[in-house]
Amino acid sequence: MTPEDIKQPENLVCTKPRLLNDTHMHYCGGCSHGVVHRLVAEVLDEMNQADNVIGIAPVGCAVFAYKYIDIDWIEAAHGRAPAVATAASRLNPSRLVFTYQGDGDLAAIGTAETIHAANRGENITIIFINNAIYGMTGGQMAPTTLEGMRTSTTPYGRRVDLNGYPLTITPILASLPGTCYVTRQAVHTPAAVAKTKRALRQAFENTLAKKGTSVVEIVGTCNSGWKMSPEKANNGMVDNMFAAYPPGDLKTPQD
Amino acid sequence: MEKTEIKLMKGNEAIAHAAVRYGCDGYFGYPITPQSEILETLENLQPWDTTGMVVLQAESEVASINMVYGGAATGKAVMTSSSSPGISLMQEGISYIAAGELPCLIVNVMRGGPGLGTIHPSQADYFQAVKGGGHGDYHLIVLAPATVQEMADFVGLGFDLAFKYRTPAMILADGIVGQMMEKVVLPPFRKRRTEEEIATQCPWAVTGNPANRKPNVMTTLELDSEIMEVNNERFQATYRLIEQNAVRYEEYFTDDAEYLIVAFGSVARICLKAIEEAREKGIRIGLLRPITLWPFPTDRLEQLSKTIKGTLVVELNAGQMIEDVRLATHDRVPTYHFGRLGGIVPDPKEVYDAFISHFPQ
Repeated sequence: MTPEDIKQPENLVCTKPRLLNDTHMHYCGGCSHGVVHRLVAEVLDEMNQADNVIGIAPVGCAVFAYKYIDIDWIEAAHGRAPAVATAASRLNPSRLVFTYQGDGDLAAIGTAETIHAANRGENITIIFINNAIYGMTGGQMAPTTLEGMRTSTTPYGRRVDLNGYPLTITPILASLPGTCYVTRQAVHTPAAVAKTKRALRQAFENTLAKKGTSVVEIVGTCNSGWKMSPEKANNGMVDNMFAAYPPGDLKTPQD
Repeated sequence: MEKTEIKLMKGNEAIAHAAVRYGCDGYFGYPITPQSEILETLENLQPWDTTGMVVLQAESEVASINMVYGGAATGKAVMTSSSSPGISLMQEGISYIAAGELPCLIVNVMRGGPGLGTIHPSQADYFQAVKGGGHGDYHLIVLAPATVQEMADFVGLGFDLAFKYRTPAMILADGIVGQMMEKVVLPPFRKRRTEEEIATQCPWAVTGNPANRKPNVMTTLELDSEIMEVNNERFQATYRLIEQNAVRYEEYFTDDAEYLIVAFGSVARICLKAIEEAREKGIRIGLLRPITLWPFPTDRLEQLSKTIKGTLVVELNAGQMIEDVRLATHDRVPTYHFGRLGGIVPDPKEVYDAFISHFPQ
């Protein structure tokens, strides 16, 4: 088989998703965002939703999500994605509306909008990347930063007497009657990636079926912020993050 | 022909009725005195069953204005309303809407501040409304109604101007026009725009369906300063266009006026009473009532300043619009301010006395 044969479509085992733009991503090597972007692009295409979707981008590392996934986007103010999504969805009820938010955006500055959108049961999907740190601004403490974890604003480790406890917001969202599906996933292994992809598809299907709010938390790594190699960050996530944020379904849709 | 129906209602109620009749797509708001009747009236009208308009009581003013941002980004005619402290909370979102070149309508039924202040009428948010309010260089088109009829009429006018210039418009009312009841003729019902009309009229709209175009992205972020400067220059060019074309004002007795009172909103009506009293005594005062506070009737004021002896600016604040009056008249004539603060409304006699104290006859 020649290199030209290998490039033939029938021999490709993996291609760039149609909805992923041919643009260099600004994400650091080893960051989870790139994988999740790819999954969102794949699932939207597989569900034929490219012409029926509005994405709401956050403030945080994923602020430029709109440069990478080739769909209609609204870039929201910090923390306000669920409010923006609420209006986009209610005024355009046939559209698949989703937010893509980090832990600072969703669980610190935007806690009120997150909880109230979920409590109203807005027909939206919330994709929540939890890497326990503020990546874009240079590695400060996040609401989900673990106890003892070092960040640029907790240089000696997070102390609960000074900084309070890590906020596990997803179980709170699962307790609200407005949510129909709340799950926590990760993308550190091929098997985890496959499960996350299924979760995203489930969430988008719920939104199209107007079942209420779907929340897909994805526990991710920030090897730059954590100051670890990608491999060590993945292992550290399994060893430390999963103890506080164990993967699995917190709430599944009732038929 | 349909008979003209005259109704008696509060200014706040007139805004709600006018919004439904205009074909407004969505209202997002949070209760605050003295304007809660807008949300209450809309909930009572249940327009989602008739015109399809969305009405939502949000969890905060911050959420309200970001819902407006989201709705406006999809090309819909959306609005919110609040009163002074709530409008302060919205400022970040208003800046985003201005930067996104998005049309929307914001109603501020002003109460006395600063802080939690009072629930009584005020005009102390003039600076905030006309000079920007949030961060960055931007302006809102600011309409100041003086009657319940104008409360109703400015909903359509505000939306039309907002869509024409792709910029947010604000109705800057005071607690008096919000709360008082007057006769009003409501505007006729118009159909809400269809999805096709929105796609054609607003090619920038994030409709979620890029089948026949490239995907639309609504963002206010631009890290390249060279491009951000160009964006700002485009905003400023729009503002110059608005200044040239959208100025509105009303004047009384200016033909033979030796003095001028400048006042906006309901205060202008109090001043008119004072002027009628003065004219009975032979004192020739005219009234200029700016209807658009931004763009300000600068040219007309400059013209008038060439033929008058002095100006009194009357406001329910400590002296805000007077700065724009002085800029317009270049201090060619003595310009004084009379204002009551903290929610107090002056009567015509107080205005007359203030005038005489500055311009003894």
